[in-house]
Amino acid sequence: MLGYTVKRLLTLIPTLLIASILIFLFIHLIPGDPAAILLGDSATPEDIAALSAQMGFDKPLWQQYLLWIKNVLHGDFGNSVFFKTPVLDVIADGAETSIFLALMTMFWIVLFGIPIGILSASFHGGWIDQITSGGAMLFASIPTFWLGLYLILIFSVGLGWFPSSGFPSISDDGGLTNLRYLILPSLTLAAPNAALIVRLVRASMLDVSREDHVRTARSKGLHPARVSIKHVFRNALIAVAAAFGFTFAALVSEAVVTETVFSLPGIGRLVVQSILRRDYPVIQGVILFIVLLYLVINLLVDLAYARLDPRVSLQ
Amino acid sequence: MQCGTALILGLKTILQVCSVALLELDNLNIAVASKDKLLPVVHDCSLSLAEHETLGIVGESGCGKSLTALAIMGLLEGSQVKITSGSIVFDGQNLLEMKPSRRRLIMGDRMAMIFQEPMTSLNPVYRIGDQIIEVIRQHRRISNQGAKQRALELLELVKIPQPEDRINSFPHQLSGGQRQRVMIAIAMACDPALLIADEPTTALDVTVQKEVLDLMLDLQQRTGTSIILISHDLGVIAETCNEVAVMYRGRIIEKARTRQLFSHMAHPYTRGLLASIPSVVTDTDWLEAIPGRVPTIDEQLSGCAFHPRCAHTKTSCSQTEPPLIEVQEHHAVRCHFAGEI
Ligand SMILES: Nc1ncnc2c1ncn2[C@@H]1O[C@H](COP(=O)(O)OP(=O)(O)OP(=O)(O)O)[C@@H](O)[C@H]1O
Ligand SMILES: [Mg+2]
Repeated sequence: MLGYTVKRLLTLIPTLLIASILIFLFIHLIPGDPAAILLGDSATPEDIAALSAQMGFDKPLWQQYLLWIKNVLHGDFGNSVFFKTPVLDVIADGAETSIFLALMTMFWIVLFGIPIGILSASFHGGWIDQITSGGAMLFASIPTFWLGLYLILIFSVGLGWFPSSGFPSISDDGGLTNLRYLILPSLTLAAPNAALIVRLVRASMLDVSREDHVRTARSKGLHPARVSIKHVFRNALIAVAAAFGFTFAALVSEAVVTETVFSLPGIGRLVVQSILRRDYPVIQGVILFIVLLYLVINLLVDLAYARLDPRVSLQ
Repeated sequence: MQCGTALILGLKTILQVCSVALLELDNLNIAVASKDKLLPVVHDCSLSLAEHETLGIVGESGCGKSLTALAIMGLLEGSQVKITSGSIVFDGQNLLEMKPSRRRLIMGDRMAMIFQEPMTSLNPVYRIGDQIIEVIRQHRRISNQGAKQRALELLELVKIPQPEDRINSFPHQLSGGQRQRVMIAIAMACDPALLIADEPTTALDVTVQKEVLDLMLDLQQRTGTSIILISHDLGVIAETCNEVAVMYRGRIIEKARTRQLFSHMAHPYTRGLLASIPSVVTDTDWLEAIPGRVPTIDEQLSGCAFHPRCAHTKTSCSQTEPPLIEVQEHHAVRCHFAGEI
């Protein structure tokens, strides 16, 4: 297990290098000049060229890449063109919001997705199943921005229970009560993914319940609930765990929309705004960070998978 | 004269009451729900099994052996297979009228089952020891340590080498024969009065088949369990059973004490079945197959279920279904011409 983990971590290095090249190439394919955007409409071409040269954007692309990657390997991601502060600081600011948002979202997904999925499978064909499956279908197909706006309309504007936007930093003024700012956004983000988990748990439990070993479990005289959880769900969990990797990928893209709707200072919004500003160093840094996170989460999923299924051996 | 028959009838009833039947199936009918109708798959199945005895059920694939076994065990609940009428009396209680919670007290304790598919009948994610312990702790008030001790004994009993190591193995680390031994250990864990073995060796290597079968019979000697042994191998049945029921298309077409059946088999299907066993047919080097094929369950047939394949078919065979008639004591045959052919 440990050997495998180390080996997998080592393979991260070439993957990240390839990813960094692709990121660099794609970003410079976006038309538009950061200097021009920074200086605004009134700037003369000479001003723009001067600023471009000052920031090193006039050199050939491969030289720019080599310089960047050399600095990155030394832990220096450069400065943001827009904020003028180090890219790592900019990412760290956004990461706080995003990490709390992600954790809270995962909490909802597990809290709602798994029990409702189990209920749906246990009473499959009955009215409970019809309601939960119908609900899952609905939530899986509602667009994130629409759900977010409606939640704001009902719970912030209408009932006044939760704030509608922003997220004051917890590390700055230290109150965990600030988490209430994240309740609506995390619910918005969780809804479609929890719905997918409901459907996945239901489908894999129904698959497993047809397996022979479930009949053996029932022949022992176990209570149906025990058969359902200990035997059927435990085996279905293997397929569900594998899907959590994909859920993460979906979360990243949906977070962009959610953070925009709720004006949250998170990574998702940072990416979008940096692209609009052509803030190349920030975009490169953030996307590299997301790729790394994605690879690590996939590694964790694989490790969990091997934990859950004794037939899988990690080589 | 009349007085004599009455006396005999009376004696018979007394005998029936006195004989200790552990299990009694009376006119059990099973049907598969498909779309909006019920397709009958087991018809008027009546069987009885005394304590310490072994009952064999033989028949071709798809004739309803497993469904009958699952019905007795109570494992049809929740599937599209339904019991439409009849009764299953075990230990003097009709299982079909029992609340599910009471029935579960019997399942795995007084009654246990070994399945046809040893490779997939154990849960792949749990250690075999835990799977044995689970059934013990379900039915006995015993500490985890005590249950583990009992699991070790059981593994030894079913002749798994190095039980102390094997108890921590996962099913995929065991061979098919060993997995079936573990299934036997699970089934025997609470000393059941009835063990249902549904083709316990069909999926195993020929060399392993005999070992597993011998193991079951050995355990029966020790514990006095009654066994229902399902097989399509008349040879195995002849060696191990006290009584045999032959099924064809969901019907019992002949049943008798084993010696009676093999010396006086009366139904043409039973004879065909015997003739298709190479070890019994010694003077020919060809195998006699019963002509034709088993019709599928949704084909409607009038008259005797076997008449399209029977060599002795007469016109009445395709018109009325023969009842199960006692041609001798403890020997019943479902054929219009049982005494004649
Ligand atoms: N769940 C089910 N749904 C529909 N039909 C079924 C179901 N289970 C069994 N059947 C049908 O019922 C009939 C009897 O099946 P059963 O499994 O009892 O046969 P069997 O005698 O055990 O055969 P084998 O020797 O192959 O195990 C078969 O024709 C089968 O197709
Ligand atoms: Mg079968």
